[in-house]
Amino acid sequence: MPLLELQGVSLAFGGLRVVDGLDLHVDEGEIVSVIGPNGAGKTTLFNLITGIYRPDAGDIKLDGESIAGLQPHVISRRGISRTFQTLRLFLNMSVKDNVMAAAYGHTRAGVFRSMLRTPGMRREEREIEQLAQERLAFFGKRLMGYRWEQPAYSLSYANRRRLEIARATATNPRILLLDEPAAGMNPAETHEMTELIAELRDAGGYTILVIEHDMHVVEGISDRVVALDHGVKIAEGSFEAVATNEKVVEAYLGLQTAATK
Amino acid sequence: MTDSTPHGLHDSGPAVGQDEWVARHAERRLMPEGPLRTLEDRVRRIPWWAWLTLFVAAFALLPAFEQSGYVRRVAFDTVLYMLLALGLNVVVGWGGLLDLGFVAFYGIGAYTYALLDSDKFGIHFPTVVSVPLIVLVGAVVGLLLGLPSRRLTGDYLAIVTLFFLQLFQTATTNGDSIGGHNITGGPNGILRIDPFHIFGHNLVVQHEGVFAVSYLYIALAAFVIVFVALRFVNLSRTGRAWRSQREDGLAAEAMGMPVNWLKLLSFAFGAAVAAFTGTLFAALNASVFPLTFYFVLLITVYTMVILGGSGSQPGVVAGALIISPLLEMLRDASKSRVIFFLALVGGLLLFSRRSRALGIVGLATLAFGFAVHAICAAIDPAWVTGEHQPGFAGTVAHWVVVPAHLARWITPVSYIGLIALVLLLTVVRRSIRLVLLVPTLYLTAFVWENVMLSKPEPARYIILGVILIALMILRPNGLLGERRVEIV
Repeated sequence: MPLLELQGVSLAFGGLRVVDGLDLHVDEGEIVSVIGPNGAGKTTLFNLITGIYRPDAGDIKLDGESIAGLQPHVISRRGISRTFQTLRLFLNMSVKDNVMAAAYGHTRAGVFRSMLRTPGMRREEREIEQLAQERLAFFGKRLMGYRWEQPAYSLSYANRRRLEIARATATNPRILLLDEPAAGMNPAETHEMTELIAELRDAGGYTILVIEHDMHVVEGISDRVVALDHGVKIAEGSFEAVATNEKVVEAYLGLQTAATK
Repeated sequence: MTDSTPHGLHDSGPAVGQDEWVARHAERRLMPEGPLRTLEDRVRRIPWWAWLTLFVAAFALLPAFEQSGYVRRVAFDTVLYMLLALGLNVVVGWGGLLDLGFVAFYGIGAYTYALLDSDKFGIHFPTVVSVPLIVLVGAVVGLLLGLPSRRLTGDYLAIVTLFFLQLFQTATTNGDSIGGHNITGGPNGILRIDPFHIFGHNLVVQHEGVFAVSYLYIALAAFVIVFVALRFVNLSRTGRAWRSQREDGLAAEAMGMPVNWLKLLSFAFGAAVAAFTGTLFAALNASVFPLTFYFVLLITVYTMVILGGSGSQPGVVAGALIISPLLEMLRDASKSRVIFFLALVGGLLLFSRRSRALGIVGLATLAFGFAVHAICAAIDPAWVTGEHQPGFAGTVAHWVVVPAHLARWITPVSYIGLIALVLLLTVVRRSIRLVLLVPTLYLTAFVWENVMLSKPEPARYIILGVILIALMILRPNGLLGERRVEIV
């Protein structure tokens, strides 16, 4: 049974069909890339899976259970976490607090226990801090040391992307949705991100669904590639198979070029 | 993880994969090593509870030095304001919600106490029962108001909560005939409310007509409890989630935080603190009236939160500590005169960057004043027949002309003239501005002496407004508020 499964999922904004009868599955431990030209519906797909949009038709299943129509925070607790294409960090909070905040879903201490600072609550706080430290240590020294207490807005662009991934993993997800993790990075950073995504799977044990435009990254990490255009899946398979697929070339470069090739 | 050492990297530079910026951060500190730096570090390392203890102890010692019942009463009111500011800070500062109905919960607390402990219906609950009950009532009403408005943000939430305040106002004002029953006493309010009675003792409000200091200590104890409880909540996962959803609601929701519930929770917390403060208010004043819990109070509490720095607990307490006594002092003409001229000079000092130009403007204004005074006195002595008092007031009377016989039309003319001059100042060139500043300052003093001094009520709030405007320009995040970045 696949870990995440979409069955005939459709969504329309008014008259515009953004996602149209999409079938998709991600198996445990897989890295699946979603590619497609601008406006293909990739980010909308992520928004559907994480519950920000509710599908008009079809079903979304996590581990066999339907999650369609659930609120985003409930879906997050079920084990789906994500990053955003347009970074959405808690900018005025410290690096540490950004990651610690994401532990909310799997921690318990209520307001009354917090007011009294019961031993259980304090133990939980220490565990959350430990967790944040572990998640940030994933990126080496970049987000550690004195950065720990610094506000997120003081970070560089690449470090913000890293912090978003660290924050996403702090919800203890089973599946990570990464929306263009290498966007805006220089070649060295992009290369590092490629290795990091593989490590997230191998060392972190996360199943990963990733949207990426950089084909070197897609080639480097993907077990399987899914190509979308106008909300419809036009190709699926290994990177080589999808990259040479006629429909994919056509979607990216246009009909004329495809014909003359 | 190994700790990066800033030294030792100098020669070779950081290795590949190491972050130079991180490794060398110690070198970039603006303040050099030395006793000042040590002192700064020491002060910074003092924990928050030490500051709180120090503050409360200083406050508690006040009655030892000050015998006046009036001053003690003002101190009590200030503590109430500090409590209200702490409560509003939860909603506005941490929850990020613009709640314009906040003082309605204060009113609900006071009115509920009045109903549960007075001769109105002959109910006399012991304080240990009624106060927790009222805190609960406040929290529940806060939740109920939050429920329909939980999806609203910004302006829309402000409108709904403002409507709630109006609703409270209408209900209490017309509550003297709800289906033929008199419940709230209408505009006449509820009188003869019980003082606190704890463990069989009635805590009388006044000893021989003087404010009983026990209430100051009760209020201080309440302040400590509320301060610490809220601080602990803010240091927990709930506090982090509050700040997260304020920063980015969608991201918070996607990271597993139930944003709607968190908003309701902050509403309920603010409401509970306000209701709790209301019981103290009602017990001490022994009477409640609808108009106490209205816009003037709302704006005053907001001013405290904004002035001190919304989101910072010490900040909002400082805000209350400044505004509340200030408003009291502005009631008194001679004190408010000193405050006004101090504020005028202080404002000039803060806004001007060049001390020499400032000195020249100051001296020129003084000379200008004496010249105008002399000329007017020579033309017609009626122009300077202001008050002739000793001390500061007398000095001012020798400088500012007070044409008492022209009072009727001088008010609108000088007032509008001042506004026109200030507007003109904002558009002219710097050199002209410095010259124009002299008559503007003099006219400001003139308006103060001739118009505002005789009308202390509006004058208090005009001064409050001016302070807020000045602060928004100088420190947009309040006195102790953290710098916030919106777009990066």
